[in-house]
Amino acid sequence: MEELLSKYKTVKTDDVKVWFKAASVEAFPIDGGACVKYKDLQIAVFNFSRLNMWYACQNLSPEKQEMVLSRGMLGDQKGTPKIACPLHKKTFSLETGENLNGDLDPIAIYPVKIENNFVYIGFSE
Amino acid sequence: MKKVIVVGNGMVGYKFCEKFVAKEGSETYKITVFGEEPRPAYDRVHLSEFFESQDAKALEMAPRSWYEENNIDLVTDVRITDIHRSKKTVTSANEKEYEYDYLVLATGSSAFVPPIKGVEKEGVFVYRTIEDLEGMLAYAVKVKAENPNARAAVLGGGLLGLEAGKAAMDMGLEPHIVEFAPKLMPRQLDSRSSQVLQLKLESIGLNIHLSKATNQILGDDGFITGMEFGEDDKLDVEMLIISAGIRPRDELGKTCDLEMGVRGGIVVNNKMQTSDSNIFAIGEVALYNQMIYGLVAPGYDMAEIAASQIMGNEEALMPAEIDMSTKLKLIGVDVASFGEPFMPASKGHSVIFENKTQHLYKRINVSLDGKSLLGGILVGDASDYNMLHQVFLNGMAIPEDPAQLILPATEGGAFGSALDLPDEAQICSCENVSKGQICGAIKDGSCEDLAGVVAATKASTSCGGCKPMVTDLVTETLKSLGKTVKNVICEHFEYSRQELYGIVKAKKLTSFNEVLDACGTGQGCETCKPVVSSIFASLYNDTPNKEDVTQDTNDKFLANIQRNGTYSVVPRIAGGEITPENLIVLGRIGKKYNLYTKITGGARIDFFGAELNDLPAIWKELIDAGFESGHAYGKSLRTVKSCVGSTWCRYGLAESISFAIELENRYKGLRSPHKIKGGVSGCIRECAEARGKDFGIIAVEGGWNLYVGGNGGATPRHAQLLAEKIDNETVIKYLDRYLVYYIQTAAPLMRTAAWLDKLEGGIEQLKKVVIEDSLNIVEDLEKEMQFLVDAYECEWKQAIENEDAKKRFNHFVNSEDRDDNLVFVPLRDQKMPKLWEKDVKGATL
Ligand SMILES: Cc1cc2nc3c(=O)[nH]c(=O)nc-3n(C[C@H](O)[C@H](O)[C@H](O)COP(=O)(O)OP(=O)(O)OC[C@H]3O[C@@H](n4cnc5c(N)ncnc54)[C@H](O)[C@@H]3O)c2cc1C
Ligand code: SF4
Ligand code: SF4
Ligand code: FES
Repeated sequence: MEELLSKYKTVKTDDVKVWFKAASVEAFPIDGGACVKYKDLQIAVFNFSRLNMWYACQNLSPEKQEMVLSRGMLGDQKGTPKIACPLHKKTFSLETGENLNGDLDPIAIYPVKIENNFVYIGFSE
Repeated sequence: MKKVIVVGNGMVGYKFCEKFVAKEGSETYKITVFGEEPRPAYDRVHLSEFFESQDAKALEMAPRSWYEENNIDLVTDVRITDIHRSKKTVTSANEKEYEYDYLVLATGSSAFVPPIKGVEKEGVFVYRTIEDLEGMLAYAVKVKAENPNARAAVLGGGLLGLEAGKAAMDMGLEPHIVEFAPKLMPRQLDSRSSQVLQLKLESIGLNIHLSKATNQILGDDGFITGMEFGEDDKLDVEMLIISAGIRPRDELGKTCDLEMGVRGGIVVNNKMQTSDSNIFAIGEVALYNQMIYGLVAPGYDMAEIAASQIMGNEEALMPAEIDMSTKLKLIGVDVASFGEPFMPASKGHSVIFENKTQHLYKRINVSLDGKSLLGGILVGDASDYNMLHQVFLNGMAIPEDPAQLILPATEGGAFGSALDLPDEAQICSCENVSKGQICGAIKDGSCEDLAGVVAATKASTSCGGCKPMVTDLVTETLKSLGKTVKNVICEHFEYSRQELYGIVKAKKLTSFNEVLDACGTGQGCETCKPVVSSIFASLYNDTPNKEDVTQDTNDKFLANIQRNGTYSVVPRIAGGEITPENLIVLGRIGKKYNLYTKITGGARIDFFGAELNDLPAIWKELIDAGFESGHAYGKSLRTVKSCVGSTWCRYGLAESISFAIELENRYKGLRSPHKIKGGVSGCIRECAEARGKDFGIIAVEGGWNLYVGGNGGATPRHAQLLAEKIDNETVIKYLDRYLVYYIQTAAPLMRTAAWLDKLEGGIEQLKKVVIEDSLNIVEDLEKEMQFLVDAYECEWKQAIENEDAKKRFNHFVNSEDRDDNLVFVPLRDQKMPKLWEKDVKGATL
């Protein structure tokens, strides 16, 4: 299980080597999320259209090691955009990955860009 | 730097550290703590929660890092074996020697194991540490595998024994309580209250054996198989939990010749000093006033006194009288005693209220002049405990007719407001917080709300028993300052659910963003989004397909998420009636998709382990065969359970099953603040357990009796009688009104029982609204229900018929693949998800 978690590491925009073309913008629900498969990774991608922002993070719940974060609910805590895990409503900042209502380890965050109506996620390998 | 050594890192040892480092000047002392247990101090009072959570971390008093941050050396897993008073050193089991200037013994106590023949057998446990519980859990799994009807006994029917009995029941074993005395909780209860408690406990499934002296523990090959009381008096049990009292862990005091009690315990004075003035003893090892106090609150007080004394504050002294009032924290059974529970007639008068049919007993003892409260016992309903306890502690005046204190509530109640208490009144005895401190935190502006007060004063953070009173005080103080106290939904909406419901309705808002823009701030969150969705559903019967991103996960995917991220599928089987043909259809579908299949408590069939991608296909097959959504995932009507009634049953007075089906079909899909369950029984034998439901209907001569506001779950409640001997149409009329009134006014996630409790005037008020139409709203209520009934649509049918709505059931947006993280393991002839990691170790039940 530890190995599963260790596959997910936050990627900074500067360190992106591969921009993976995931799907068209329409494939993602407005103000909701969906899961993208990249190699053996599962990445949750969120179309936070109220904020006009896109976010991506690991799909793996760090608490229970299940692939569910993309099915969670978006929101904000005092202005910080966050995602709530559907299993036990643990919430994570979409900006830093930090667990906002507990002391779980942070989740990995990935950069997202939109070009020609396509959603791209940045990976370092 | 002076050295303080604390032996024992239990609740009181920890509290000593906490109090000590909070004091000014503590930087000039170095604290070293030794604990024999493998982990830092944890909350033993809530030990039983470990059965459910199996999360030892959640019980921690403070993480290891806390000790580091406060410059305390914490050494766990090491026992101190000797004290050398002349050298002022201690030695540890690993033969190391440490110097001290002050020594604090907080070694607590251990469970007392009576010297009965055979107690050493496997399967005999005590109930004191996390390791004890882990052992029990693993053993319970083992004995249940050999015998699904396995039994567990608890030796001792005191406070802890009953808690252990409940734990045995939760482990799935048939629980038996064996008590030597002729009554339960002999130290707190009189015989009559013990009898009432016994009835109540038996009704929830605990078997009670009183006046039993255990001669011998029976067994084969070293494993326990039973208990013997007399020659022909035996009880077969596979497990035994001993809860026969505690013995102080005073061995260190003995070997270094401190003054000891005749029956154990290290003697201390009111400074918590032992016979050696550099050695202190606190908590359950300390013998003060010739007593060992087996409760945390006095232990915490002792910690405070010892810390102050060591810092040179000579004035901090332990009071001579220590309050031993207790409230049992068993789930579902209220028991409390305070002050002088049993009292000789020469000292005062007792007022007793007893109602065995409701498992209710209340006794208060009043001084001979009738002016003050001396003590009392509450069984079955301890909701007045906090107030009575305060009246007792503060010697407050009592009504001329003391019976008013315990008789079923009268208008306004006998107590008045919590604000009438004197400022010194100790509200939280665990953390020693007074009313003045709680109210002061609000008045001086340092705190604005309950959370702030709790954080600042620590009130209610230990046993939690004082929480209702702390909440009341905060609310009342805010009110008295003219601040409105709002039960707001979350940071995004400054409204209660009821207010928001009104706004959405008046402004005819129809999407989450509209609501947020109209009356909220920010971007919403996982708390307010489902609330708004539920309001839409209740107002317009919008199904979750309309705006799936603001739904709770279960509503979003129209299925209950299970612990590995797969889902369950529950088609509606109204009233539990199903044809053999339809059963075959279900069997075929379950087999095709390889689903774990089980009959639910609501008398229908539940498929587990469906992968997200398969949900639409499974539901298509179900709908093609004529099934529809069972809304098992929604905060909505679940089932109307029914017996077969006069259709088949020889006692039946009415056709309960036909009526149940009619009601289930009427209210199906009805969204509400929480789930709603119904039941219909064909006679008072109540085979459908209708009174355990949000609405229950029981046939009697002359019509139906309608009960409302019951539930099972964590706090079981019997539904209360709303109307008697009414016909089918009237039942529906009243139900329509009751349900819509509940939906409009309840807080989020509030079941009808809790709602009815909060409703001012309770059931009588509800009768006025629903039957007498005192608010002049029943016409609207009925209309609203009829609209919802007519607007019903099966949401699964909607979902599978709409390609766009179906999209959300793909695990990936960019691939047809499935979640490759799912692992199932075999279970009997079916399958189950692989255990979560921590469960593997603790062995799940
Ligand atoms: C299941 C359960 C439920 C309870 N419910 C309640 C309740 O509702 N209300 C209430 O007020 N009280 C309750 N209690 C009692 C309460 O837990 C105790 O009063 C409290 O824990 C006493 O604290 P303590 O620090 O004195 O002892 P402990 O918590 O027992 O701590 C003593 C520690 O010292 C260690 N130790 C002993 N000797 C040595 C040594 N020589 N060297 C190193 N370490 C040593 C022990 O291993 C232990 O960890 C309950 C107890 C149990 C078991
Ligand atoms: S409740 Fe009455 S009618 Fe219904 S099954 Fe039981 S005995 Fe028969
Ligand atoms: S099904 Fe209910 S009672 Fe059973 S484990 Fe889940 S929440 Fe608890
Ligand atoms: S009285 Fe125990 S936490 Fe307040």
